[in-house]
Amino acid sequence: MRVSTPVSAASIETAPARPAEAVAPAPTTSLGAGLLTVYRAQLSRVRVSRVPLLFVAVFQSVGIMILMRGVVDTGSDSAREAVVAGSSVLVVAFVALNLLAQHFGNLRAANALDYYLTLPVRPAAVVLGMAAAYASFTLPGTVATAVIGALMFQLPLANLWVLLLVVPLSGAALAGIGAVFGLLAPRPELATLLGQLGMSAALLLGVLPEDRMPELIVVARDLLPSSYGVDAFIASYGDPDWAAVGGNLAVCAAVGVVMLSLATWSFRRSTRS
Amino acid sequence: MYKLPGTDERSVTIPGEPTAADPCFTVRKLTRTYRTGRRRDRHVVTANDAIDLDVRRGEIFGLLGPNGAGKSTLVRQLTGLLRPDTGTIDLLGHDLVRRPETAARLVAYLGQESGALDELTVALAIETTARLRALDATRARAERDAVLDELELGAIADRPLKKLSGGQRRLACVATALVGARPVLVLDEPTTGMDPVARRAVWAAVDRRRAEQGATVLLVTHNVIEAETVLDRVAVLDEGRVIACDTPGGLKAMVGDEVRLDLVWRADPPMDDPAVSMLAQTAVRTGRRWSTRMEPGVARELLAGVTSGPAFEALDDFTLSTPSLEDVYLALGGRHQGLVKG
Repeated sequence: MRVSTPVSAASIETAPARPAEAVAPAPTTSLGAGLLTVYRAQLSRVRVSRVPLLFVAVFQSVGIMILMRGVVDTGSDSAREAVVAGSSVLVVAFVALNLLAQHFGNLRAANALDYYLTLPVRPAAVVLGMAAAYASFTLPGTVATAVIGALMFQLPLANLWVLLLVVPLSGAALAGIGAVFGLLAPRPELATLLGQLGMSAALLLGVLPEDRMPELIVVARDLLPSSYGVDAFIASYGDPDWAAVGGNLAVCAAVGVVMLSLATWSFRRSTRS
Repeated sequence: MYKLPGTDERSVTIPGEPTAADPCFTVRKLTRTYRTGRRRDRHVVTANDAIDLDVRRGEIFGLLGPNGAGKSTLVRQLTGLLRPDTGTIDLLGHDLVRRPETAARLVAYLGQESGALDELTVALAIETTARLRALDATRARAERDAVLDELELGAIADRPLKKLSGGQRRLACVATALVGARPVLVLDEPTTGMDPVARRAVWAAVDRRRAEQGATVLLVTHNVIEAETVLDRVAVLDEGRVIACDTPGGLKAMVGDEVRLDLVWRADPPMDDPAVSMLAQTAVRTGRRWSTRMEPGVARELLAGVTSGPAFEALDDFTLSTPSLEDVYLALGGRHQGLVKG
């Protein structure tokens, strides 16, 4: 035990040298338990915010597909696949990137992150739990969009299970970016703006077939993590190219690891500065 | 003016036994500044200015001061949320400046914000907090049920926080702070917006934790009545400094035996009345309320003059009261209105 501060002269005279015992701190929450707790709590929010979280994204994506049906050449496989895969992954971008950026931005602006920061839980557990929850919110919407899209554009439904990989992995990458936007933006409005821009980029670069794009736009598309989720999904259509599916998903996973690590660092940095 | 708390009780303690005289928080020369404004009018504000503070184990210690006095900045440093510019904080034998993350393992903190929990139900908010305090699932549920009973939250347990009234939401947040025992509770204005029944439930629950677990409670408030009734000792903050620290009784003794005379006028008071003109010279006026501090004898005389003369017609209400902590704050040189009564 150490007493780091001096006591007054009077107390030194009257009190024997009797340092008080240091109180042992309570244990910290393990990463897994913390992550599951945050995840479960976030999932329960669906009960309250069901409409914006699940339906808006689907309406938006279905609307875009209806619009694109009149624009793209429905005779071309690559065009139809790009529209459906891009619109499906757009649901992930809307919720995991845009809404998570807003959520973290608002929590940070209201000092509401203090709640987590004064509990013995690791920042990684909070960031991963929230990101996982937001990625999960997107699964029903993504599946619904993919099914509706397949019916609208006469695409096969056989390999739709690929979405069970595409959603969590592109979700990790996009939620990681959303979390970084929300935690690093100096003001919540800026976090919202960045989230919107990220989603707009996913929309503009995701739903058009790559072979119709100018060179410069293709480079931009390659820089956008959501494109790899789109490409993985496209590769599963028709005669599936599993190597391409795996490769694209690996990029999503790698971006996810980097962005979620950066988000964890930002979460820690958002205080004690 | 800051008075170090009495340390003479230490001489009768038994070596090795933690007692009430043992320190909980020992704060020395704590200073924290922050920048405010944009570009040209950018300036540095000193939120905490060389604060010394000793909070003993097992006491209910209050930080009293108006908004902007530096209470929240101080509390954010005591809970490891903010690093001080200079100074030391010892919490139960741990150096919080070097290891701020230790605070989360010793302190249950109730901040002013409930944003992180707003969309959860009351029961889930409590259970989640318990789990994040490293309780296993079974214990977290048991403690959740116990605190729901204790604060009589059963009826609203399944409702989301954001659908509750301000007082109910605050009570639910208090419940999250109380779940999973901690040796120190830091509560930032815990009873804001609560009705008297809820307030009593909170103070009973806080007192139980002190009596049964020896918990120390650090309470931030700007409510003087609450401060007088629940606190063992109180530090009065003004403009980032501790301007006094003592028991509420000890602080009130500093004002001497002066009393406070409050008059509320329904119409313009007759200034030709001698009692009114005398009061007009010293009274602090807030709308139609005049407030003065004076010797009890003088107060009685003036009150008799006002209530027996023509001024009585214009008078709506009057009170003669013994000094409150607000009077102490003003007598100590506090320059801000903003303490709340009741």
